[in-house]
Amino acid sequence: MAKYAILIYEDQARYATMSPEAWGALVDAHGTFVKQVFELGGSLAGGEALAATTTATSVKGGGTVTDGPFVETKEALGGFYVVEARDLDHAVEIAKLCPAPFGGVEVRPVVDPTTNPF
Amino acid sequence: MRVTGDLDVAEECAQEAYVRALQAWTRDGVPERPGAWLTTVARNHALDRMRREVTLRRKLPLLVEPATVDPSDPADLDPSDAAVPDDRLRLVFTCCHPTLAPEARVALTLRLVCGVPTPDVARAFLVSESTMAARITRAKKKISEARIPYRVPDRAELPERLDSVLTAVHLLFSTGHTAGAGDALVREDLCDRALHLARTLAALLPEQAETGGLLGLLLLTDARRATRTDEQGRLLLLADQDRTRWDQRAILEGLTVTAGALAAGPPGRFTLQAAIAGVHAMAPSVDQTDWPRVVHLYDRLLAVWSTPVVALNRAAAVAFADGPAAALPLLDELATDPRLADYPYLPAARADVLRRLGDAAGAARSYQRAMELTANAAERAFLEQRLAEVSRADGADAAPG
Repeated sequence: MAKYAILIYEDQARYATMSPEAWGALVDAHGTFVKQVFELGGSLAGGEALAATTTATSVKGGGTVTDGPFVETKEALGGFYVVEARDLDHAVEIAKLCPAPFGGVEVRPVVDPTTNPF
Repeated sequence: MRVTGDLDVAEECAQEAYVRALQAWTRDGVPERPGAWLTTVARNHALDRMRREVTLRRKLPLLVEPATVDPSDPADLDPSDAAVPDDRLRLVFTCCHPTLAPEARVALTLRLVCGVPTPDVARAFLVSESTMAARITRAKKKISEARIPYRVPDRAELPERLDSVLTAVHLLFSTGHTAGAGDALVREDLCDRALHLARTLAALLPEQAETGGLLGLLLLTDARRATRTDEQGRLLLLADQDRTRWDQRAILEGLTVTAGALAAGPPGRFTLQAAIAGVHAMAPSVDQTDWPRVVHLYDRLLAVWSTPVVALNRAAAVAFADGPAAALPLLDELATDPRLADYPYLPAARADVLRRLGDAAGAARSYQRAMELTANAAERAFLEQRLAEVSRADGADAAPG
């Protein structure tokens, strides 16, 4: 098994205008997803939801502190899961079920420092 | 690759197998199952190599890593345990994995499955050798670091993945069929390798009708290979080709597999293209071609695969079925599509329609435009000749009686 990060990139503006019912449904969808990860033979090694990019602070190389996210894009990183999967096909199979109604997800292998020293 | 667990070692072994094949086949003739021969040689070479590496590792204990394959285990060493064609197919599916960049898929297939050296792959794609080397390295790195599995996908995943594989094999054939640059129109080695892969796919996945469609398309297109240029290497259009020299055996086989694919259910884009190639293959001449049937097949092709190039080919068929005047508005509409802005066959088709409508000056302008856009010498020579013809006609018209 190898670790993969499932990074959720979405249009945050859509969250701002969301109804409470839709929000509740999305929270439920994430709960379902967590169960599905195990049903598909993977496991969950971590994950967090991130607060909106309006709350972000960037610290650039050299120590300059500014407001806002590191990269301004319409679709921002809104949260992530770390799953364990057999291979990329398995990780993608899992990632396809990850709720991201206002964007999509990116699947990235997590570097294992014991076998992949950079 | 299943034996070595390492793409670079597998590649080297495949290369070695091709070199040995060339030597042995020149000496003894081509074996009955060349693919199996190659895989067996590559596999034995890989095992040899691993035995040597195991010895090396015993002497250098610090470098010992956990081996995924234990070469001292007889089960892992028996070359007869694996279904040989599946091994090649696994490698094709790995090279054409949907998570790899599309331009990398064909390049990797050429390099790893067909053993084409990187400089030749670069030439086939009109990029520099360093660009191609970087592209192939990136793809190989992604295969190993992101752990793209070395397997033929499950039935449920097949439609998405098979399409990518079929597209790569088709592109491989097209790359050989009309070389993007250079002096020769056809690169026969690439066509042969693509045909071989299409045959393997059709034999191993017969329940997937599109594998038959692709094989039919390649066979029917390739049947015309010998007649596509004249003795001087100049391009000959369908209308000017000597149909008696078309490869009748390839046509018969192509028609048979295409008919099978058509009978299997709603046809996909490869099967429909094969059906169109089949109509041409059966026609005794351009004039006696069943053009309404060709237009009908293009209509169906557009429904499953809507691209401006298909629309352009449909317009060219309309010019034969309903006359050039019917095709002109279709071509004018396509001229507004930015995706065709640099596509030489659009002005070439337009030039031909204008020529047939008697507008020599308009045709000349379009031939000139097409010449500016093509990078193939054989194609340019053909356009030049047509331009000279219409210019003469134009001059004659303009000259006072």
